[in-house]
This record gives sequence, C-alpha cells and structure tokens, in this order.
Amino acid sequence: MTSAVAAARPAEFAPWNDPAQTPLIRFENVTKRFGDFTAVDDVDLAIYRKEFFALLGPSGCGKTTLMRMLAGFETATEGRITIGDEDMAGIPPNRREVNMMFQSYALFPHLSVWDNIAFGLKRSDMAKDKIPDRVQEMLRLTRLEKFARRKPHQISGGQRQRVALARALAKAPKLLLLDEPLGALDAKLRQQTQFELMDIQEKTETTFVIVTHDQEEAMTVASRVAVMDNGKVIQVDTPARIYETPNSVYVADFIGDVNLIEGNATLKPDGLVRLAWAEGAPEIIATAGEGLTDGARASFVIRPEKVAISAERPEGRNNVVQGRIHDIAYLGNISTYHVELPGGQIMKAQTVNNRRQSRRGFTWDDEVWLSWTDTAGLVLAG
Amino acid sequence: MTIGRRALIGIPYLWLLLLFLVPFGIIFKISLSDITLAIPPYTPTLDLSEGWPGIRDFLRQLDFENYVFLTEDALYWKAYLSSLRIALVSTLLALCVGYPIAYGMARAAPEWRPTLMMLVILPFWTSFLIRVYAWIGILSTEGYLNQFLQWIGLIAEPLQIMNTPTAVYVGIVYTYLPFMILPIYATLERMDDSLLEAAEDLGCSRLSAFWIITFPLSRSGIIAGCFLVFIPAIGEFVIPSLLGGSGTLMIGKVLWEEFFSNRDWPVASAVAIILLLILVIPIILFQKTLEKNQEADA
Ligand SMILES: Nc1ncnc2c1ncn2[C@@H]1O[C@H](COP(=O)(O)OP(=O)(O)OP(=O)(O)O)[C@@H](O)[C@H]1O
Ligand SMILES: [Mg+2]
Repeated sequence: MTSAVAAARPAEFAPWNDPAQTPLIRFENVTKRFGDFTAVDDVDLAIYRKEFFALLGPSGCGKTTLMRMLAGFETATEGRITIGDEDMAGIPPNRREVNMMFQSYALFPHLSVWDNIAFGLKRSDMAKDKIPDRVQEMLRLTRLEKFARRKPHQISGGQRQRVALARALAKAPKLLLLDEPLGALDAKLRQQTQFELMDIQEKTETTFVIVTHDQEEAMTVASRVAVMDNGKVIQVDTPARIYETPNSVYVADFIGDVNLIEGNATLKPDGLVRLAWAEGAPEIIATAGEGLTDGARASFVIRPEKVAISAERPEGRNNVVQGRIHDIAYLGNISTYHVELPGGQIMKAQTVNNRRQSRRGFTWDDEVWLSWTDTAGLVLAG
Repeated sequence: MTIGRRALIGIPYLWLLLLFLVPFGIIFKISLSDITLAIPPYTPTLDLSEGWPGIRDFLRQLDFENYVFLTEDALYWKAYLSSLRIALVSTLLALCVGYPIAYGMARAAPEWRPTLMMLVILPFWTSFLIRVYAWIGILSTEGYLNQFLQWIGLIAEPLQIMNTPTAVYVGIVYTYLPFMILPIYATLERMDDSLLEAAEDLGCSRLSAFWIITFPLSRSGIIAGCFLVFIPAIGEFVIPSLLGGSGTLMIGKVLWEEFFSNRDWPVASAVAIILLLILVIPIILFQKTLEKNQEADA
C-alpha cells in the first residue's frame, strides 16, 4: 500500500513555497528528442537546495533521460537547464558539480572498494594527504570499513550499492543523482536502505534527485515528487499532496489505489461539485479539483480507505450508496472490500483490522452501505 | 569416478600423447643421433629384432653432440635472438595496429559490428601463401607501393622494401593481425559503457578515462592477442623466406635449410627442440593468465 508518511522531516522545510529562495536546478522548456521521438517534452521544473526530489513515472517516460541531461551525458534539444544559475549547455560531465549513482552501479571492476571511492577525489583538487581521511569518512558513513580492500566482485549486491553511493558522495557534490538506486535490492533491504538514504541526505545536506518507478519509495524518501508521463511532467508536489490532491486522473490513478467514477459535473457556489454518474442514483457531492469546468465530463476519485462500509444505512452523510460485496482482499493489516454498485461499477472500501480476530466483518454477497464525506474525494476533469 | 567419465577425460590425453608427445619423442631421439648418408639420414636406428643388447647398443650411441654444435656456431643463437626480436617487434606493431581497430569495432554501431568482424576474418578465406605472395607484388621495387609513392611524387627512386626486415614485419603483422584484434575486441565489446560515463562523471576527461578504465580492463585481451601473435611468429618460416630474402635471419628458415638443404636431420631436430623449449615459457605464461582471467570472470 501507499503511505504518505514522509512527515519525518521537519514540517517547515518547504523552500518551494518561499519566493525568496532561488532554485538550485531549473529546467526551462526543456525538450529532448532522439531522432523524431520525443523523450522529454517541454519540461519546466525547479529543484531547491537540500531537497530530496523524486522523479516518478512508468517505464520509458523519460526519467533517465532527464537525469542524464543533468549529469551532462545528453544535451537538451530545446530549452535551458541551469544549476546554481549557471547555464549547463556545453559543460561536459567532468566539469559539473554533479555526481551520479548509476542504475547498474558502474563500479570499476579492477579497482578495490577503497580505490573506487577515492577515484573522484584523486581527480579533484583535493590535497593528496586529505584523500584517505575522506575515503575513511565515506566508508564509515556507508558502513563499509571492513570491505575497503575487496574488489567489487567480492562483495554482495547491497554492499556494492553502498559503494556506488559512497563513491558518488565522496566529492561532496552540489547535486547527487540516483537512478533507481535500490532496484536490485529485495523488499526488506530496500526499505532499510531508503531510510539510510534519507539519513545520509540529511547528514550531508546534499540535494538528491532520485529516479524510481516504485511509488512507495518515492513517497517514503522524497520531499517532493514529480510524476511524469510520456516525457511530460504532470504534477510536482509533496508526497502528501500528490496523494491527497492529485491534479489529474492520471496522477490519482498512478499513485496508490483509487476508485474512479465518471459522470457530468455541476459546480456549486460553495466550492463543491455534484456529479451525475448513473441513472437514478443520487448525485455524488465532492470537492472540485484543479481546472474543473461546469458541465464538463469529469471523474470522481476517492481512495478506498476514505470509503466507510457499514451494514446499516449511515445517518447524516450526503454520499451513500448501497451495494453487494463482490470480493474481499485480506492483507493482514487491512481488508479491501470490492463492492458492486447497482450500476455494475465496483467500488473499493478499505478497513483497518485493528483487532485480532474481531467478529467477522462482512462476507461475500452481503448487502452493505458505502458512504463518504463531501471532502473525502475529488472531482477531476477528464 | 565411473569408467565412462575416465574414458571421456582420457580422450584429450590420448590425443596429446599421439599428436604431441610421440612426435616430440621421435624428434628428440633424432636430435641425439648422428648424421649419415642413408635413408633415413641418421644413425643409429632402432632395430628391435636384436633384442635387449640391440637396444642397449642403440642407447649408447645417442649423445648431445648436436646441442653442443649449436652453441659452437654463432649462426644458431643469432638466429634465435633475431627471431625473438622480430617476433617481439611484430607483436608490438600488431598491438599498435590491432588495438585501434578492435576499439573502433567495439565502438561502432551494433548493426555494423558483424560486418566489421567479417572484414577482419575475410582474408582467412584465401590461402595464406597466396596472400604472402601478393605482398611481393605490393612491396617489390616495381610493386604497387613504389609505383604509387613515385606517382604522388613522394620519392624519386624506388624504395628497397622487399628482402629487408621491414618486409618481414609487414608480412607478420598482416598475417597475424586478426589474432590480435579478435581477443581485444571481445574484451572491449563486453565492457559496460556506463563505466566510462561513471569515470567522466567523477572528473576524468575522455582520454584519461581510456587509460584508467578501458585500457586496464582490456588487459586480458591484449595479453591473449600478444601471445597468439608472438608464439607462431617466432617460428615463422614462410614469411621470412618469401619476403625477407637472405637479409633476415630467422630460426624457422635455419630449420628448413638444415632439414632440406643440408639434410642434417639431427641438427635440425636439435634446433626444433630448443625452439620448443623457448616457446614453452610463453605458452605456460599464456595458460596461467588464461586461468587467472577465468577465475576473475567466475
Ligand atoms: N539514446 C537513445 N536513442 C533513442 N531513444 C532513446 C535513447 N535513450 C532513451 N530513448 C527513449 O526515450 C524514452 C525515455 O527513456 P528513459 O530511459 O528516459 O526512460 P525511463 O523513464 O528512465 O524508463 P525506465 O523506468 O524503464 O528506466 C524511451 O522510450 C527510450 O526508448
Ligand atoms: Mg531509466
């Protein structure tokens, strides 16, 4: 499931809301074409210092390409990329204060862990006698002290991934790019490493840009998430806002589990909307999403955990529908009920199983009532 | 171990025994014999019909005279040294020519690589002898190269390339180039491009990334290629005799002359045995590095 619990970081860190702050990275109308294929399409983006910024999107949507343009491996076909107010056009990768952690780690197989980490330092203007200290510091940070003398093929996948991280961090870059850094790890190690990454990011105060196609990972680590589709950035926002106030049906559908009901929207003066969605069924009342116009085709989106399920018709709610339980997914901590509405649509409702072996809730083919508040769901254009 | 497995492992050993050890034994025996005017042109010959005393008599007549002879005549060790030098220089030249070609092939667009590979292997489809003869047509005083150079006005008089060591170098490098290119290409092609990007990302220029990353990582290919050129080049006979004329001394040529001109089989055999001993060292080294690479890859 998706959790929007990134609130571990201080609540006041929100430079994107502060007009006095200037972004570290700026994409201005950046387009990248390979032949006549557009991989990145007119992207505008601002990323601030010390941010942990996630690029999220389905495979092939242009995340890696965006990242490679930051590192200097690709040049933008159109538009401008600036880092620290400096135009990056024509600046080769070795002269950018940007380091990248590669998806494949790209560790040098003929060099030891120590030499891999020292690689960038030896090619910087750091004094020779300072290098061992810095390498040691990186080894400590990534808990690799014991493996310093080993070659990359003599350590485990997780350790290799930490070497790649240490190597990219060693030069204390302004900006660290991580391309699916945890892709090769199993779920448990992955979760642990996510927290390690956040910890390291906070300690080093480096700006991180991470590419992932795992939405849970993006939600966990990032201060802000950019959701991409087909080379376009669809929405940039904090994980909580991406989850709670998606700006489009695409984002709502991409992030987490969602119920979608199509209908015709009528705007009400109090900011709420009525959605006529089925013959004879009462109209749904919900909050209007961004850019919704009166009378347009629209979709009502609501997260399953915001739909209450009960055996009796609940009192005092505007949005109430009756249905029959079609399927139950028991996930241990929660249960998801798939309820068939009279029109044939399926609506999912989630309950938390906070009591062990409580009285058995509902079972297949039970007639139940689903209800939600006026502000629980959004009506979005399209 | 089952009998079947033993038999399976036995086959290569049997092969080695028949095709290497037995001929080696025969040559070694001849090298201990004396020259005579007979067929075969050496003595003693083993006659088993006389039984034990015959064998003992036979063994008593064998000696290391021919090896002593080799050390007395300067021609032989000069020929060995000259062969070593020519093989070494040719190997280095082949490396200098072959590495860029292999590098270019590995960097070429993937759809071009099979074609390029084909072009490298293509010369093998015609006879080696014909290809070496073709070089005579190119390198001789009236050859295409001299004609061309005179035509563009670079030289007034034709260059004497034929019958010099230069012609031998050209011939050896040309002949053995594919053996240099293919192993190097194999290591370069296997290399992950993101390593170079990582090096660049960490502050290397393109050129230093080549020396720090690409070159060391292609080491196993370089070593394999060098041995594959060096080992056959040292005993090369056809190229020095066709292109080198009397001006180049190589042990392969000496060997040929001992066998066919002097009909001195025992001395020729001794020359061959020494050559083999010289080659055993690089061959063992080659095997060692192969094993090491296999371990590293595993
Ligand atoms: N060098 C290239 N030449 C041609 N097309 C390319 C090139 N690099 C990327 N593309 C195309 O651009 C699109 C975006 O690629 P990109 O690697 O940025 O995707 P991604 O979002 O990182 O996907 P994934 O999650 O699978 O890594 C893809 O459709 C890809 O085929
Ligand atoms: Mg990618």
